[in-house]
This record gives sequence, structure tokens and C-alpha cells, in this order.
Amino acid sequence: MANIMYWEAIQRAHDEEMARDPLVICMGEDIGVAGGTYKATKGLYEKYGPLRVMDTPISEGGFTGLGIGASFLGVRPIIEIMSVNFAWLAMDQMFNSAAKVRYMSGGQLTAPCVFRSAGGAAHQLGAQHSARMEKVFMGIAGLRVVTPSNPKQAYGLLKSAIRCDDPVFINEHELMYNMKGEVPDGEYFHPLEGSDIARAGTDVTLFGYNISVHWCLKAAEILDKQYGISAEVVDLYSLSPLDRAGIKQSVSKTHRAVIAEEDEAPVGVGSEVIAIINEECFFELDAAPVRVHSALVPQPYNHTLEKAAIPDHEDVVKAVLKIFGKA
Amino acid sequence: MKIEDKKRVLREMVLHRRFEERCYQAYIERKIGGFLHLYPGQEACCNGVMEAARPGHDYVITGYRDHVHAIKCGADPKEVMAELYGKETGSSKGRGGSMHIFDTDKRFMGGYALVGGPFPLAAGIAKAIQLKGGDEIAICFLGDAANNQGVFHETLNMAALWKLPVLFVCENNLYGIGTSIERSTAVVHQHKRVAAYNIPADECDGQDIEVVYEHARKAVDHVRSGNGPFFLELMTYRYRGHSMSDSRGYRSREEEELWKQRDPIFILRDRLIKEGALTMAEFEALEKETDAYIENEVIKFSEESPEPRVEDLEKYVFADRETQLPWLTGKAA
Repeated sequence: MANIMYWEAIQRAHDEEMARDPLVICMGEDIGVAGGTYKATKGLYEKYGPLRVMDTPISEGGFTGLGIGASFLGVRPIIEIMSVNFAWLAMDQMFNSAAKVRYMSGGQLTAPCVFRSAGGAAHQLGAQHSARMEKVFMGIAGLRVVTPSNPKQAYGLLKSAIRCDDPVFINEHELMYNMKGEVPDGEYFHPLEGSDIARAGTDVTLFGYNISVHWCLKAAEILDKQYGISAEVVDLYSLSPLDRAGIKQSVSKTHRAVIAEEDEAPVGVGSEVIAIINEECFFELDAAPVRVHSALVPQPYNHTLEKAAIPDHEDVVKAVLKIFGKA
Repeated sequence: MKIEDKKRVLREMVLHRRFEERCYQAYIERKIGGFLHLYPGQEACCNGVMEAARPGHDYVITGYRDHVHAIKCGADPKEVMAELYGKETGSSKGRGGSMHIFDTDKRFMGGYALVGGPFPLAAGIAKAIQLKGGDEIAICFLGDAANNQGVFHETLNMAALWKLPVLFVCENNLYGIGTSIERSTAVVHQHKRVAAYNIPADECDGQDIEVVYEHARKAVDHVRSGNGPFFLELMTYRYRGHSMSDSRGYRSREEEELWKQRDPIFILRDRLIKEGALTMAEFEALEKETDAYIENEVIKFSEESPEPRVEDLEKYVFADRETQLPWLTGKAA
């Protein structure tokens, strides 16, 4: 096991897959000569050259479509969208071309591309550089959506996404690229479907994904030490499809659920998880599930307002205490 | 063009025309649903360019007015019509419809229904060709109105920057849906717009197939020789409305008649007659023969083909699950 950073894990997955298959390429803004905004493609330009490590113009719709077109002929492009906010400009190609081409061609064409993007809110980047957009990608038929919460997932999910014949959107996080964690020394493929139990517990299930897994883990620690509540933390690294069986299994055990999402609430991960709980195990519930989520505002610049807009582990603790009638 | 090639292409163009007119009829009879965009009037564009290229070898991509491009690349007209009928035997197994004809065996990479959407896809296909080192080219057929989308400019920039083997064919039929080019576009002659990207461009009459062919040959040679992209504008006209719901209130019948006097099929027919290679009787026989083929084979096949099974509703959303298990479950060999 190597203890490496999230960005290093992503870089390693790129490097291994590009060394293995000459049709694996990567493209995006500043990923080559400049080494990548978050260093996720560091050193690849020097190793694989400009034909396979493509510094693109600032043309998200254009280069995303170009990568998708290349994938029609068996090229496996890893397309980096520097910030998920810029993905709005590429969604026509992601949704209308990549996600639908297999279906509307009756299975003749497929778009085996990977879209990677830095999601999440960082610090004081304002309304147009702080959006959380995972919910926008979740409801698209033909598109897989995963979101790594640690370096091991960042490495293993990218490896699997590159190999998979379906288009995969990987929602990373701007604040997590320097997070350290254990990654297997040997080749490792993280499943694109399912969920991980990040911490086992018996009294309440805390559902998180990406950065909110860490809020949940911290909250579970506090709940255990200060309140004697045993919380199970389920890491929903796959947002599409969501792990129905995993959600059912955990809630059937704990009978209570809190969903922590960095995105805003409407039409989001939380509403979807609660719908699944209703459909799969409603009568197992001892309390109504609760969502912890961002305020529905364009992200404010001001530090205090920004902090107020985004939840953290304390909000997760409060939600659990509310369920147990202790708040 | 050689006489025998012109005679063959005339035969093909008559098929393309009669096929589309038969689609019109089937639509009125409600055998075909959804939107239907027909090609009559523009036949010399697709045929002229593809005579200069290599159908089945070069990759072709286009918008939603796609039936004729697919057939020209080698798609079976029976399968194209069956697709319009929504049948399991259709080229996209009834899942695509008129706007999404695909035949990847013939390297027809599809019809797409977002105006301008195929631009970057075509450049991407060219990028893949460049990586793999083949002598194919990518050909992107779109209308003039697509050039007002942002991805037009984004794609031209990247195609020029990376010297991608892609030929952009602009079939300028003077209307974007129901708005004339003068009312939607600051520059009517589209080839002028690509000069900003240092992409060589050419413009010619799109009604005379021999003119199209001569210009397309130079364009195709340029791209195939590794010189990067080329932009070819063909001035043409769409006889019918944008789609079936369009009653053409935005243009005059006189204008339509003027264009019909320069009909691409009649231009070629009359030339062959003048050259002594065809008689009017032979042409009329060809039309009858074509109609009989369409009725007895194409329509019959489409009528008699089975519907897709409802159990297969979700088939083709994702790749066949069994083949993807290592990555879906993480249990890689």
C-alpha cells in the first residue's frame, strides 16, 4: 500500500492505462505542458507527447464532442473539464451524443469516454466557479456517474471507467486533490456500481459521497463518543446507478437514515435516496429520513455567507440528534 | 465524370428522389411517425461529394436529413425505410427513427438531431484516424444554419490547429428551418466564414453533379493528402419544407419554381441525353423500375418486418452487462 495523494492516484491511473493501450489519450485545458491545474496529468505530456496528451483550446463543447467522436472509433479519451461549472457548455455533447448514441444507433456505436471534472465548492470562488452539479448528471440514461471520496477510489474508479465501454462521468472535488490515502501497490479496479461501507454501525445510516463521506465519518465519531449513537457510513461512490440493494440493506439494519450532500436539495442525491428507501424498505423505518444539503443560492463570495451555504459534519450530527429527539 | 459513372449515379439519384417521395406518402398514411426531413432538390450534393470520396471507406456523419447520405454510403434502403417504420429490422433497430440512421459497417456514423452537433464529432473521428494512421477521411455534411452554432467555430479552430483529416461539406439550401439565410446570418456565403481559421475553402453550384464532383475531388484530395481540413460550400435548395409540418409560408412558390428548373436529376438526365448515352424512354423506364423496387422490396420489407419487443425496451442503453462485469463489479481478471 502506498500512501499517496488523490491527484497522484488519478495521475497513476492515467499513466498505467496510457502505457498499456496506445488508444488511451487525454485532453483538456492546461493538462499537457502546464501539467494540469490539479496536477492530475503531471508528466504525461513529456512521456506520451502532444498527439496523446492534448492541450485543448478553452472550448468545452468543442473538445468534449471531439473526444466523443474519437471514441466512436475505439479511442479511449479521458476528457478533463477543468471545473465542473464549465461542463454546462459540454452537456449537449455529453448527453445528446455520448449518452444516447448507443441506444439511438440500435447498439452499433458506443462512446467509451471518461469525463473527469473538479466538482465541489472550494474557497470563495463565487457563483460561477463553485457549483455542485452531480445531480445534473445523475438522471441521464446511458451515462454512468461516479464520485471518488478517497485516493483509492480515485485511482480504481478511473481505471475501471477507462476500460468500461459506457461513457462515465467522474465527479472529483477541488478541495480533495491533496488528500492522502492508501492505494494498493498493484493494479486495482474499483467497481463502477455499488457502494462502500466506510464505517459499520447499527443505529443510523449516514449516506454520503465524495466530500460528504468525510463529514459523515467525522459526525459518526462525535455521535459515538459524545452521544453513544452507532452510525453506519455508506459511501455512495456510484451516483448513477445508485446502489438500491446497498441502501436497502443498511437502512433495514439501522432503521434510520440521514443523507449528506454538498449539492442543493431539490431533485438531488438525497431526494433520490429517500425515494429508494420508500420503494425498498419503507416499513423498516423508525423515523423519517433527513437530508443535509447546501442552501439553494448561487454560491456567495463572502466567506461567512459561503460557510453558511454549505453544510459540514456538525450539520450531520444535528440531523441525527433531531432524529433521536435529542436536539 | 465518365459516362458509365454518370449513368450509375443518375440511377442512384432517382432512387434517392423516389425513396424520399415515398417516405412523404408513408408519412401521410401515418406509417412513419415523428419528424421527417426530406432531401429532394439536394441530391447532387451528397452524390457529387461521395463520388469523389470512397463510400464505405471514408467516415460520413450528418444531421437529421440523413436517409440519402446513409444509402449513398451503402446502407440498404430496405433497412433505412424499416427504421422509419420503427421496425426491429431497421438500421437502428427502430430505436433511432428518421433523424438517427446509422450503418457503422458502411462507416455511416449517423444522423444527429441537434443542429451543429456533428461538427466536433466529425473532428473527433478525424482525430481517431490521425492516431491510427489510416488513409480514411471524415466527411461532415451539414446545412448552412449549423454554422451559426458555437461548436462550428470551436471545431474549425481545433481541426485547423491539429490538421485533422476532415472535410466539412456545407449544403447551403438558404433556409434554417423557416428562416432565410439573409434573415439569420450576417454572411450568406459560408465559405468566407472559415477564412478566419486558415482553412482552405471553395464554393460551387450544388445542383450540377459534375460541378460538385470536380470541386469535391480537389477538396477530398487536399484532406486525404494530409493537408488538414477543407470546407466546401454547395449552393442548393430544399424543395420540401424543413420537416413535414412546414407549409413553406416563408418563401414564394415562384422562388421554388425557379430552383426546380435547375433540378439536379434533370440536369444530369438532359446532359446524358444530349451526349447520346440515354433516351427519355430509358429514363422513364428507370423511374418506373425504381418505383417498383421501392414498392415491391423496400416498402414490403418494412411493412412485413416485426416490431421491437417491449421486453427489449432497455436494451442498448448501456453496453451488454456481461461484457462489462469486471469494471462494474471490480472483479477484474
